[in-house]
Amino acid sequence: MPERTPSQTVGPYLHIGLSQGFFGAREIFSAHLADAGLAGSHIRIEGRVYDGEGNVVPDAILEIWQADGQGRYAHPADGRPLASNSFRGFGRCPTNKEGAFAFETVKPGSVPGPTGAAQAPHINVGLFSRGLLKRLFTRIYFEGDPANPADPILALVPADRRGTLLAKADPDKPGLFRFDLYLQGANETVFFDA
Amino acid sequence: MDDVYSRAGNRADPPYLVSNYVGTRTRAPQRPLILIPQTLSEITGPVYGHSDVLPEEADLTKQHPSEPLGERIIVKGRVLDEGGRPVPDSLVEIWQCNAAGRYRHVVDQHEAPLDPNFTGAGRCVTDAEGNYRFVSIKPGAYPWRNHPNAWRPAHIHLSLFGPSFLTRLVTQMYFPGDPLFPFDPIFNSVPDAGARERMICRFDLEATRPEWALAYHFDIVLRGSRATPLDPDHA
Repeated sequence: MPERTPSQTVGPYLHIGLSQGFFGAREIFSAHLADAGLAGSHIRIEGRVYDGEGNVVPDAILEIWQADGQGRYAHPADGRPLASNSFRGFGRCPTNKEGAFAFETVKPGSVPGPTGAAQAPHINVGLFSRGLLKRLFTRIYFEGDPANPADPILALVPADRRGTLLAKADPDKPGLFRFDLYLQGANETVFFDA
Repeated sequence: MDDVYSRAGNRADPPYLVSNYVGTRTRAPQRPLILIPQTLSEITGPVYGHSDVLPEEADLTKQHPSEPLGERIIVKGRVLDEGGRPVPDSLVEIWQCNAAGRYRHVVDQHEAPLDPNFTGAGRCVTDAEGNYRFVSIKPGAYPWRNHPNAWRPAHIHLSLFGPSFLTRLVTQMYFPGDPLFPFDPIFNSVPDAGARERMICRFDLEATRPEWALAYHFDIVLRGSRATPLDPDHA
């Protein structure tokens, strides 16, 4: 049997291949996942990425993967019909000089969990950057969502670290959520191994 | 729920912290990863295919009015999973520096010339048997500031999706016999010598185009699904 090809870092020039917009009108990835007419609660998620010295990370790229507003994935392993073919569930956003990123999407619905129990609304996040030899995987949950307490994945996270996975609603701007990532330190984001 | 994707093959990957690759010191997480089951959110993943790319986007030598300088190469191979099954209809993205070792990127200040006829980005989608093929020029080696007199061996970055969130892979393809291998902390971040070899392409005389380009073959192996029995034709 063939053996896995090892991961390597994206390096500092990742934008050439992953986000330069070189393909212009034919660019297939963006940070805008949802057409205006798509059913669901339209949201914007903003955040920054910080390294272990508290500096922003200006050469990272985030990829998000999520279900639609009804909790359905645009993928054959889901199999349930989608409300709209326009929703592909995947977005990509490089961090800027301030280490900041932003996605515009719909809040995902609950999705089936490992034992049949539903998972709370969440977005899978893959993070690549210079200095990361392989992808980091975390999830964005939504602070205050009534489904969080019963979520089987959150339950695996020590209670004092769950907060790192919660996007916080901006009290002044409806639909705006804040989610920062800390690669190290007291607030180190919870990263997963699946 | 049992895992759909094997975890054993992940030991081929480097650890997050490799102290002689300085960039990892402030970016490698310090707490252990939290082990989670593979749910519907992980065994699904983005689907991008043939309708998303144009055939000419796989030729990095045809993106400008003239051809780039350097040694023209064909890079081709198969994308497989750990079960030996081809990964069909899957997006492959690549990026690289030019023949002089310079990236077309604002951060790259290496004193080597940019090539007005070379951008260094390409993409294609694997065919039904998992085959992919690019035309490019051989990238140069280049210095970086990780340690005194640090040079990266020539390489091409590759980004692959496969069928799920868990099969995503970004790697680098190196060229046979590079004298810089023993000195490169990124290449050597992969702990197992056999696994490092799997990042080196092989010269493929049969695939060369006489009077036109040399060819290199590079197979890429993604995490394998255990959901379907092995097909003996591909075992």
